[in-house]
Amino acid sequence: MENFNYHRPATVAAAVAALKKSKDGKFLAGGHTLIPTMKQGLAAPKDVVDLTAIKGFSGIKVSKTAVTIKAGTTHQEVATSKEIKKAIPALAEMAGKIGGVHVRHRGTIGGSIANNDPAADYPSACMGLGATIETNKRKIEADKFFTGMFETALKKDEVITAVHFPIPKKASHQKFPNPASRYAMVGVFLSQNAKGQVRVGVTGAAPCVFRAKDIEAALAKEFSAKAAAGTKVAAKGLLSDMHASADYRAHLISVLAGRAVAAA
Amino acid sequence: MPSITIKLNGKAVSGEVEGRTLLVEFIRDHRGLTGTHVGCDTSQCGACVVHVNGKAVKSCTTLAAACDGAEVTTVEGLAKGTELHPMQAAFKEHHGLQCGFCTPGMIMAAIDIVKRNGKNVSEEVIRRELSGNICRCTGYHNIVKAVQAGAQNM
Repeated sequence: MENFNYHRPATVAAAVAALKKSKDGKFLAGGHTLIPTMKQGLAAPKDVVDLTAIKGFSGIKVSKTAVTIKAGTTHQEVATSKEIKKAIPALAEMAGKIGGVHVRHRGTIGGSIANNDPAADYPSACMGLGATIETNKRKIEADKFFTGMFETALKKDEVITAVHFPIPKKASHQKFPNPASRYAMVGVFLSQNAKGQVRVGVTGAAPCVFRAKDIEAALAKEFSAKAAAGTKVAAKGLLSDMHASADYRAHLISVLAGRAVAAA
Repeated sequence: MPSITIKLNGKAVSGEVEGRTLLVEFIRDHRGLTGTHVGCDTSQCGACVVHVNGKAVKSCTTLAAACDGAEVTTVEGLAKGTELHPMQAAFKEHHGLQCGFCTPGMIMAAIDIVKRNGKNVSEEVIRRELSGNICRCTGYHNIVKAVQAGAQNM
């Protein structure tokens, strides 16, 4: 790994200032994507700004209508939060399926979302629940946040501070994990709110997380496992690799959406 | 270069590290504690698992500088003199190792599992929670037995 200047600011403002000053800087949270990427030489930032020492950067707050998770909260904290298990059990379950427990002890929600790996789990929860991502500058709807493969709407000097998830009436997360990496070959996060609106966030299947609009439309007419599983998803544009073809992934989306409705 | 102080196995140790110095490099190369192993160096195998502030983490995927002020426990910090930690004793008793390369990480992971799940942690939970620790010779059965037995004595 190339060496870098390490910064450990105590406030968000100091973190942003440190990154602004650098020609080629990166924010670091749990480091479970950035450090392996740097080891492989795929990233070699001159400055690394560690966000984990910022005071008040992690924590969970649940109101009657929303779950707010601060950016530095680890996957394990979300997976074991009694409040989240009560408000949105599917969200806690999803966090508990990320990597292994050692990874969950370090990895954070903010890091996962900012990285927007095509097979990461949190982006599907953000899309499937209609989350709002809060930064040091603004609030961004999930639908406008994830813009492409490892791409987001974040500006260079913008840092995620919290994610707000509206509490749905029903939700479920279904994941077909790659047995070696535990990343989603396909993951589906489905929710239905009190007004009956259905959202289906899909990860692992395409270069970027997306909503399965055809399945959402079918479920708006009839909220049943059969309606979800019976909706064919187009394979065009989906990922094809040594683990699964695009056709296989397309089929998995419908199957997992059906299971999600049954489990919600 | 960042200057760090870590409470390593109960003793405060200080040192200068590079930004890129991994926690496992600090433990092995700077402090000479070679019980913590590097198997894959890609966050997969778990041979490098140590406890940071009481939580099992992969020290090959953690910066030493990020652990400034933290309490770190490695496999060397478990025994009391010549008396093995109950989990170490259980691995010996139940033949939870063959070549032993993965064992330090297994034992650190096992203690973390018992701390979070209690003495009567089920076989299913042990197997699931050891998913981040890879062993290529035992076939896991004796490791699981050792964790169950060690849990009872912790």
